[in-house]
Amino acid sequence: MKREVPLAIVFICGTFMAFQYFVPHYISAAIYQNALNWTIIVGIFTLVVGIGSLVDLHYDRIRFRKDSWKYSIVTLVSLVLMTVIGLSSPNAIQNPRGLFMMIYFYVLSPVIATMFALLAFFIASAAFRAFRARNVLASLLLLSAMIVMLGRIPIGDMLTGWLPEGLRFSDIARYILDYPNTAAKRAIYIGVGLGVAATSLKIILGIERTWLGGGQ
Amino acid sequence: MTQAFWHKIMDIDRRWIYLVIGIVTFVPMLRYIGMPVQITSEVKSVYDRIESLQPGTIVMVPMEFDPATAAELQPMSRAILRHCFSRNLKVLSTAFMIDGVVLIENDLKVIAAEYGKVYGKDYVYLGYKPYMEVVLLNMGENFRKPFPKDYYGNKLDDLPMMKGVNNYSNLACIVNVNGTSGADFWINYANGRYGAPLALGVTAVMATDYYAFLQSKQIFGLIGGLKGAAEYEKLIGRNKDIANRSMDAVSVAHVFIILFIIIGNIAFFATGREKRI
Repeated sequence: MKREVPLAIVFICGTFMAFQYFVPHYISAAIYQNALNWTIIVGIFTLVVGIGSLVDLHYDRIRFRKDSWKYSIVTLVSLVLMTVIGLSSPNAIQNPRGLFMMIYFYVLSPVIATMFALLAFFIASAAFRAFRARNVLASLLLLSAMIVMLGRIPIGDMLTGWLPEGLRFSDIARYILDYPNTAAKRAIYIGVGLGVAATSLKIILGIERTWLGGGQ
Repeated sequence: MTQAFWHKIMDIDRRWIYLVIGIVTFVPMLRYIGMPVQITSEVKSVYDRIESLQPGTIVMVPMEFDPATAAELQPMSRAILRHCFSRNLKVLSTAFMIDGVVLIENDLKVIAAEYGKVYGKDYVYLGYKPYMEVVLLNMGENFRKPFPKDYYGNKLDDLPMMKGVNNYSNLACIVNVNGTSGADFWINYANGRYGAPLALGVTAVMATDYYAFLQSKQIFGLIGGLKGAAEYEKLIGRNKDIANRSMDAVSVAHVFIILFIIIGNIAFFATGREKRI
């Protein structure tokens, strides 16, 4: 029963959601609406699982002094601190001068922005060390990347502004984005779409059961 | 030049590269050159659509970004909001990225105040709800299902702007400013399932992913990265705003990255294509 009940729920819900799309009847629409509400409600419970899992993982790291265990202390302290500060003030998020929002604006926000900004430096270093014209395909990638980069910035048009329209960096970049890029992306999207449909069908029909867990 | 020189170049300490990038990004910020920004058709079509709307119609501007992508997306969302408010359009907004909820609320308040707009009458902020894809489907049925109340706890029915506004069919269009893969959900559900006219504003790295949707007309416009934001600012006549002022730094940094690639490749060939990274 431990396996049959979840399999039956998935089969019934999956089949219904697939067919109701084509059935405009009000009963079908009402069930669909309820299913959407249920999904949100059920989803909220995963927050509890997520927090539990986070605490478990970091508690273990601290307990057994695993790699970078000191960062785990920061994670857990931050989790508790922000929760307590947030809950202790009923309108914490709407008070820009409150402690909760001060931490958001002056700690979290700069930290997140800084982490992302560092990417520019890593990309520059990686471009210098790894972006090599080792073979024909790599050379094509290199060339098109350079053209698209130049075509997407004002300086690209300044450099090739004297050329006739269609030969400027921005025009060539647009061609690359519109044709080779779109063709490849479309092929990937269609492949992914078919893969998702096939996997969903396998899950609904109970052929694919790894989501049940248990290792077997 | 000798092989020894190119070997030295290949082995250069990465901190020198960091320093160069730091300088070439910082210096143009100090002195504004004002490189000319060319308008692309995908950005122009977003502008044209908003320009063609009658005052009083509702445009949805959902914003999904956090401080990480704010440098690219905040100038974009600000330009779009300014355009909407200057045309006396009403704005409905959401934020499906938890780290950005306050950032977006702040922007909405500040820009609405610039144009003397009143909350509830001229704009409404619904805020955040988890499980974005389900919320998008729900909004296709009725905004009141996922958001019985707005961000400030007001009932949607109590807000004058929301009277008779039930779902996507009551909106003139949606311009989604998105720094996440959630943009796909807007295409699949808001446009695909419910047929809402949709445009996207995304980060520069994401932009290439959405040209296929632009061609298939699933989105009517695409604003890509800071360059797209600069184009939009130019279209609404705000040439001195942050995206345009940042274009110099972006241009110079791009040129230097390309120079690094060229030097790296010359060194690679000069040293006999040794397999080193």
